[in-house]
Amino acid sequence: MIEVENLTKYYGSQMAIEDVNFTVEKGEILGFLGPNAAGKTTTMRILTCYMPATKGTARVAGYDVFEDSLQVRRRIGYLPENPPLYNDMSVSSYLGFVSRIKGIESNQRAKRVEEVMERCSITEVKDRVIGKLSKGYKQRVGLAQALIHDPEVLILDEPTVGLDPKQIIEVRELIKSLGGDHTVVVSSHILPEVSMTCQRVVIINEGKVVAEDTPENLTAKLKGSESIYLEVEGPQEEILQALKGVKGILEVKAEPKDGRSAFYLESELKKDIRRELSSLIVGKGWGLYEIRSRGMSLEEIFLHLTTKEEEV
Amino acid sequence: MRNIGAIFGKEMKSYFVSPIAYVVIAVFLVISGYFFYGMLSSFVQLCIRANLQAHYYRMAPPKLNVNEWVIRPLFHNLSVIGIFMLPLITMRLYSEEKRSGTIELLLTSPITRVETLLGKFLAALALYGIMIGATLLHQVFLFGYGNPEGGPVLSGYIGLLLEGAAFLSVGLLISSLTKNQIIAAVGSFGAFLILWAIGWLADSTGPGLGKVLSSLSLIEHFDNFSKGIIDTGDLIFYLSFIFLGLFLTYRSVESERWR
Ligand SMILES: Nc1ncnc2c1ncn2[C@@H]1O[C@H](COP(=O)(O)OP(=O)(O)OP(=O)(O)O)[C@@H](O)[C@H]1O
Ligand SMILES: [Mg+2]
Repeated sequence: MIEVENLTKYYGSQMAIEDVNFTVEKGEILGFLGPNAAGKTTTMRILTCYMPATKGTARVAGYDVFEDSLQVRRRIGYLPENPPLYNDMSVSSYLGFVSRIKGIESNQRAKRVEEVMERCSITEVKDRVIGKLSKGYKQRVGLAQALIHDPEVLILDEPTVGLDPKQIIEVRELIKSLGGDHTVVVSSHILPEVSMTCQRVVIINEGKVVAEDTPENLTAKLKGSESIYLEVEGPQEEILQALKGVKGILEVKAEPKDGRSAFYLESELKKDIRRELSSLIVGKGWGLYEIRSRGMSLEEIFLHLTTKEEEV
Repeated sequence: MRNIGAIFGKEMKSYFVSPIAYVVIAVFLVISGYFFYGMLSSFVQLCIRANLQAHYYRMAPPKLNVNEWVIRPLFHNLSVIGIFMLPLITMRLYSEEKRSGTIELLLTSPITRVETLLGKFLAALALYGIMIGATLLHQVFLFGYGNPEGGPVLSGYIGLLLEGAAFLSVGLLISSLTKNQIIAAVGSFGAFLILWAIGWLADSTGPGLGKVLSSLSLIEHFDNFSKGIIDTGDLIFYLSFIFLGLFLTYRSVESERWR
């Protein structure tokens, strides 16, 4: 549904994104993850035809965003970083205006406005002036604006920023419910958010795509090791030496804990050595109190990725 | 066409929701009414004096022309007062969209930039039309109590509309260059004053340059209209001026995206 090829954008001489490639399948919810200034908004603005790329192409529903901009704009709903609201309008008249410029037939407009207000839970504020709504309600009006013409593709730039926890959950549920019928791209710099709502994640950092996969696979793929946590009672130095002898262990760190010793092990990827470890420890007569795989949370991958970039 | 209507409607609503429309119309009416009253009363005094003199010398009373003495100067006054009011009409048209980010909604919706531009321009022109239309009240008095010629009145209004449209196109251009509506207003005001006064320079420069300068002055071309003359040269001047202003605005909005 969305194909992005070698997308590059320079603001003057400053690079914002470079050679960004990714695709989004129909009905998929894609998370677009990156820290501040990674180039998320820039990419989304190009996808929504707000501005042209310096180099590369992007296609939405088979139409080039530059050549067939009007066709693309008909099919896209876009929630920019700051919801584009007219503060002196009431919610319903604002949505009425948006429904007109999105090309909805006049006999359908009132119905669509009602539906979308229902869906975004803003019916109770429909006659209020937008400028006087709370941040959370403004965000929802922005979301309603993006949904009003029932677009095939939705581009949502940090839709949960500034919401309270309850509202965040509601918006996430809403986004999840959009998948299947709609193709959705959601940007965020908050990890749990994308891992909760998205089937696939593209991680972007300093203008470049650094990873692209399902939230689960990213965990396995990105780091060359898995972590194991061990708690053992016995002579720390001796245990450490014994652990270092186990095949597949890359690194061991020890520290005393409550009269016992805690060990943090890094082992080779996709190789579960917990069985060998436990038999080794029990065989030597030490006391095994705890053993568990720590896996890798996306959060760590993310930190890993971004710090690695900075070191270069 | 439908999209132009949507933008037009939105802008009109915003003029009348924020008190801009009422303020502009009311202030314009008060000031123009004040000048109108001044001119009318001095015209009446002039008539009385002329009649007394004629009576004294036992001659037929002179025929003083209300068109020449009241209506023509009134049109000139209206066009000058307009210079002060028009920046308020155009100042927020683009700058406010840029400041609040709603420009992102407009540019990513399936409407063209030309449609947006025309919708905004026509809304500004409509408000201006209402503003000068309100001064028809003054004319009602003249037609009620005197018998001025209708032709010059009509051509004067046509001239006012064209001249105002030309100013509006410049105001729209300046509004598209900034995010700040105050800067847009002050900038437009400055530009209007220059476009208005450029003809004065003409007198002090040589005949060659002077002619060019005076032909650029928006007021210079208005003169014929206020006399009741509709000259194709003036018409073409205004229409091409408006076109140029709108074209440059279009380019300015467009070039923003490339930066
Ligand atoms: N209009 C602009 N002019 C110049 N530079 C810009 C402009 N917009 C963005 N940039 C630069 O481009 C880079 C990418 O910015 P972008 O807004 O796309 O990041 P982002 O991932 O959306 O960040 P955030 O999470 O803070 O929203 C940044 O270095 C930013 O300073
Ligand atoms: Mg951003």
